[in-house]
Amino acid sequence: MSQNRREFLKTIAAIGASTAAISSVTPKKTIAKTEPFLSEDRKGVLVDTTVCIGCRKCEWACKGAHGFEQGDFENYQNDEILNVQRRPSTNNLTVVNKYIDEGTRTVKMQCMHCEHPACVSACIVGAISKKENGSVVWDTDMCIGCRYCMVACPFQIPAFEYYKALDPKIVKCDFCIERTSEGKLPACVNICPVEALTYGTRNELIDEAKRRIKNHPDKYFDHVFGEYEVGGTSWLYLADKNLAGNVFPKLGNNTAPGVSESIQHGIFAYFVPPIAVYALLGGIMWLTKEKETKKENK
Amino acid sequence: MAHLHIPTPISKKYFTPGVIILALIAVNGLIFLAGRFLFGIGSVTNLNDQYPWGIWIGLDVAAGVALAAGGFTTAALGHIMHRDKYETIIRPALLTAMLGYTFVAMGVFVDIGRWYYIWHPLVMWNGNSALFEVGICVMMYLTVLYIEFLPMVTERFMGKVNLPGFLSRFNKIVDSILHSLDRGLSKTMFIFIIAGVVLSCLHQSSLGTLMIIAGPKMHPLWQTPILPLLFLLSAFSVGFPMVIMESLTASRSFGLKPELDVLSSLSKFVAPLLGIYLIGKLGDMVIRETFVYLTEFNLVSILFGVEVIIGVIVPLRMFLAPAVRKSPTGLYIASMLVIFGVLMNRFNNFVTAYSPPYAVESYFPSIGEISVTLGFVALEILFYRLFVKIFPVISIPSDKAHIKTKYAIRGAVK
Repeated sequence: MSQNRREFLKTIAAIGASTAAISSVTPKKTIAKTEPFLSEDRKGVLVDTTVCIGCRKCEWACKGAHGFEQGDFENYQNDEILNVQRRPSTNNLTVVNKYIDEGTRTVKMQCMHCEHPACVSACIVGAISKKENGSVVWDTDMCIGCRYCMVACPFQIPAFEYYKALDPKIVKCDFCIERTSEGKLPACVNICPVEALTYGTRNELIDEAKRRIKNHPDKYFDHVFGEYEVGGTSWLYLADKNLAGNVFPKLGNNTAPGVSESIQHGIFAYFVPPIAVYALLGGIMWLTKEKETKKENK
Repeated sequence: MAHLHIPTPISKKYFTPGVIILALIAVNGLIFLAGRFLFGIGSVTNLNDQYPWGIWIGLDVAAGVALAAGGFTTAALGHIMHRDKYETIIRPALLTAMLGYTFVAMGVFVDIGRWYYIWHPLVMWNGNSALFEVGICVMMYLTVLYIEFLPMVTERFMGKVNLPGFLSRFNKIVDSILHSLDRGLSKTMFIFIIAGVVLSCLHQSSLGTLMIIAGPKMHPLWQTPILPLLFLLSAFSVGFPMVIMESLTASRSFGLKPELDVLSSLSKFVAPLLGIYLIGKLGDMVIRETFVYLTEFNLVSILFGVEVIIGVIVPLRMFLAPAVRKSPTGLYIASMLVIFGVLMNRFNNFVTAYSPPYAVESYFPSIGEISVTLGFVALEILFYRLFVKIFPVISIPSDKAHIKTKYAIRGAVK
């Protein structure tokens, strides 16, 4: 019996040591992902919906830039489609919808490229990442197609190719990362004929947005949507009305992953709680066993 | 005890009318699954960009994990707290957990779009992701469950290895491998038993963390930061009812006398566990003042009411009554209600509560989704029946002298 107990202790100690070793190695990796590096010069786009004319050229250009079938631009000048509330989908990374509510406005929608994206936090394999220039991009080589990013996204943006048996993709706006890395403007910004879209450094865009509100207080609702929502987004919106609760869902200013990350890290906290539970259970097992053997010996 | 209860392979014949019906349900599910693998997830499910997760995640995975809680709760009771009385129910509970988790893994496998990348989380880590934690823990726990089951395999075949045909020359080698495996396992089994309980606590709670990130997309009746705790507490409380239900079902199906004294004393644990869960659930509701949503009379509030009243409060009251705990019928009904309650809770958390901001239609599972889910359940029962026929899982009264062993998982039982 004493032999067994010694072995028991030895093994417990070995487990403790190896788990501690594992824990000392792993958190480094995870911490690197906790705090995405947000560059001071990260980019953004300011969407001035009071300027937008709903021509849908951005949709057309976006399709071209991402290798989707574009079709003729004439077909895009169609008021009926504008009135349908469409969502970005697997073959349309951006859509323009018309909202009629004390006046009419057309609003372009696409991935907001959150500052602290829920999709990045959620992704089981870390296939989605926030890049230094602000864009949130998806990596086809890692994705397992679990669609947890879609569950997590507060703006309901990622789309999934449900009808593909092999290599279905998560599809969303990638902020034209290929074009911007070559020094070009995102396709939608580039084509916009009325400059409703302004590409630039996010901080400067916020200043510009506030300047516009200050200069034309009658024209704008006094709020830059995306400055603080879900911890801030790269895409910022100006409008004559409050877009929250109408065009966009009502969202708080806490970062998009919310408390889920702190819970997750609380449960794990460098593997201390699991090891503590293990030790506790081991202790209980050992003690109750001792009682048993005593009983048997009597 | 008048008789020794010794785990023995059941000798009853496999095929009965019920088994054939189950087989048909299973085949039906597999046909729809073939469609999923040939034409994509969209071809057999009602999932879309608004509702990325349906009952394959809500029931097959989330409820599947919860209902397999019998494995770790009985292991904690029987092995860690050394309540020897309950050792006869550990093996059946372990088998159910093993099959349950295998089908949880199957559920994940068919639900993810790129099933051939299911191993990615092993090498690509995202410590921020609750899903990553669930995935890793489930994989590890599944391995632990297979290891915990191994002693039943060695016990069944040690000294009886008889390979067919020319393979018979390996009989001796295989037998000696089994012997050394058995010796190794009996020395190290406690490591896996404790690990199994720890891993279960971890992923049962992390499963609750999963939906927190959905934030305002989830109905406030369910969306709460204490979801992980509620998931863990409900898993604790459903473990024993699940074991009781299985034991009674198996006794009936195999014409055995139900082990009522064991099940009755096991059922004493249920009411306190359910009570703690209920306090957590209602306390959270009071603190966050979400009861205002119950004044609206709609599908959501009805489903919440069904989950809490029929699934928690009624069985809680039943398990408090000694008359119920002493009668097989009472135990069966009360256990079924707890199981139903947890099933509803997982369904509500993952399906009912989820309402995306730009939804144009609501989600209801397709015939394909329901077929696959039912098919998996049927397959699980069929495998259970097969395994108890092959391996010494279910304890039946025996006059033979029992073998004394260290861990009941591998030995016989007083």
